[in-house]
Amino acid sequence: MLEGILIGLSTALSLTNILMVIGGVLIGTFIGMLPGLGPMSIIAIMIPVAISIGDPSAALILLAGVYYGAIFGGSTSSILLNAPGVAGTVATAFDGYPMARAGKAGKALTIAAISSFAGGTIGAILLMIFAPMLSSVALLFHSAEYFALMVVGLSAIAAFAGTGQVAKAILMTLLGLIMATVGEGALYNLPRFTMGLMDLQSGFSFITLAMAMFALPEALFLVMHPMRVNTGGNSGKITDLRITRAEAKAIAPVIARQSLQGFFIGVLPGAGATIASFLGYAVERNIAPKHEQDEFGKGSIKGLAAPETANNAACTGSFVPLLTLGIPGSGTTAILLGALIALNVSPGPRLMIDNPQVFWSVIISMYIGNLVLLVLNLPLIPYIAKILAIPRTFLIPFILFFTLMGAYIGQNNATELLILVGMGVAATVLRFADYPLAPLLIGFILGRMLEDNFARSMQLYDGIGFVVERPMTMGLLAIALLLVLLPSYRAYRARVRARGVADGD
Amino acid sequence: MALDRWIALIILGIALAYGYAAYFTMDAGLPPFMQRNPIWPSTFPKVLSVLAILTALVILLGLEKAPENPKEPDIDYRRLGDYKIGQAAALLGLMVAYAVLLRPAGFLLSTGGFLIIGASVLGERRYLVLIPVAALATGIIWYLVQVVLGIFLRPWPFFLG
Repeated sequence: MLEGILIGLSTALSLTNILMVIGGVLIGTFIGMLPGLGPMSIIAIMIPVAISIGDPSAALILLAGVYYGAIFGGSTSSILLNAPGVAGTVATAFDGYPMARAGKAGKALTIAAISSFAGGTIGAILLMIFAPMLSSVALLFHSAEYFALMVVGLSAIAAFAGTGQVAKAILMTLLGLIMATVGEGALYNLPRFTMGLMDLQSGFSFITLAMAMFALPEALFLVMHPMRVNTGGNSGKITDLRITRAEAKAIAPVIARQSLQGFFIGVLPGAGATIASFLGYAVERNIAPKHEQDEFGKGSIKGLAAPETANNAACTGSFVPLLTLGIPGSGTTAILLGALIALNVSPGPRLMIDNPQVFWSVIISMYIGNLVLLVLNLPLIPYIAKILAIPRTFLIPFILFFTLMGAYIGQNNATELLILVGMGVAATVLRFADYPLAPLLIGFILGRMLEDNFARSMQLYDGIGFVVERPMTMGLLAIALLLVLLPSYRAYRARVRARGVADGD
Repeated sequence: MALDRWIALIILGIALAYGYAAYFTMDAGLPPFMQRNPIWPSTFPKVLSVLAILTALVILLGLEKAPENPKEPDIDYRRLGDYKIGQAAALLGLMVAYAVLLRPAGFLLSTGGFLIIGASVLGERRYLVLIPVAALATGIIWYLVQVVLGIFLRPWPFFLG
């Protein structure tokens, strides 16, 4: 291994490759800030550039830099505008945006940068240690377990989505799953629930839905209630960028736990950064002490650090199946796989033997990429956060325009914009009635994968038998049921107790 | 009836229609070879519709009690008139107009118009600042999307090519 690290160092530390990392991270950060362009599309756009470089190590280093930069850029728009452009940063907006609204945008961005750095770096160390071992564990996970794992994820989200009304959160999750079934599934090639509309043939687009659920209602609320933002006043100058000692102490264990958890979730093919960030948020919320639990969703630093750490660690983790098995664990790594094959490198168990310089230089460049990300972004934070100081008469039309653009660029279809406005109005009404919107979006994101894995296990076991025959699946499903029932039971107990006390008086 | 229960009623309607489609109309066109499959395209929707109907009923019938001390909502929909609802509606109308005009009027005109009219609706009157800013932003974004990213956006109205 030591020999490998040395090979990697000598490759990654050449001048061209360092420039590649810096360039990639910069491009990724700036394009990633535009809502609507996630890492997947940015990497796809950069592939022609990477291939024209010719050297596989340099190309992969460039693309990995773009990947990290894009994820950090996505967090910035989540925190500042509540407009997550990437599924993996939806959870970042839960606490990052309330912090920005409270005038702590600078601090939120600093925490995001530091957690991303820590998650990415720890992930890279783990990748180095576990890459060979984990590839065999990941193979034990079957589609039945993936299905069960996603059910656990969804019920965890529904149970902890806030507001204390589990039924509403579950209903929103189900609505998201229902919306995910619209369109043509890969499994059957039959259009479902399109109501004969051509525009629904490929289903609702994720970007449109994300914009409609988060950015649009937020912008409308800003219009209707001008007092909501305290821009102009105190966030014009970004004070307290620094994290206090007490805050650092509070988030350190979160970062440690989530780097590990995020990495291992990222290793599982198909799970990836999105599930890692949501699960990380849910876990941290659940194990936090009671008084801190109420902070979540209102600008808790732990709630911001958890998904940020987890999604970066998971991005690193998702390289494990790619580099060791040649199986891409996510859409983004699938595109990377395409780029590698175009460069005449075939990832797989023999990559470490045949092309050790590629394998190790990618890992070393992950450290460099994370370091560059931190060094570049910390000084830029005051300028990035200045976005909030723009007068609202300018800011709101621009936010609305970016939501429209995000939905349009992805599909190149003007009908998509009408769908966006319609769903945005519906989402605003749902917010009036205190229905949580995050579960809907998560249900929608996981819906396809959930159904595909469910269908695959049904086919393999010729029926629903897999639930009984695979103890791991059964166990995971039991946990899911418990997660849904527990909060209702707890609320019921609390009510009974409260009533009992009142009677006693 | 409170707004959240009205919404539950609407979702119940959607779930019933969805369930009806899944149970009674979807399988009619299923080719025979697919019918031997343990899973049909309608299997998953069937499960979802049942769960959604049950959950919507739980909310509609008020089986789950609301928290004892509801927190202050961001916006109280019962006093909707107190807010600037007119501006919000105008902006939504503007977005619809943008969606319809984007193709025929071209990107530069419709985007510039959207930004300028949007800001004026919100009360911006410094047109000497607004118009150059909007024009500059439109130009930069068009350049980025069209030239750097290579995604086609028709810049001018249809009769100019």
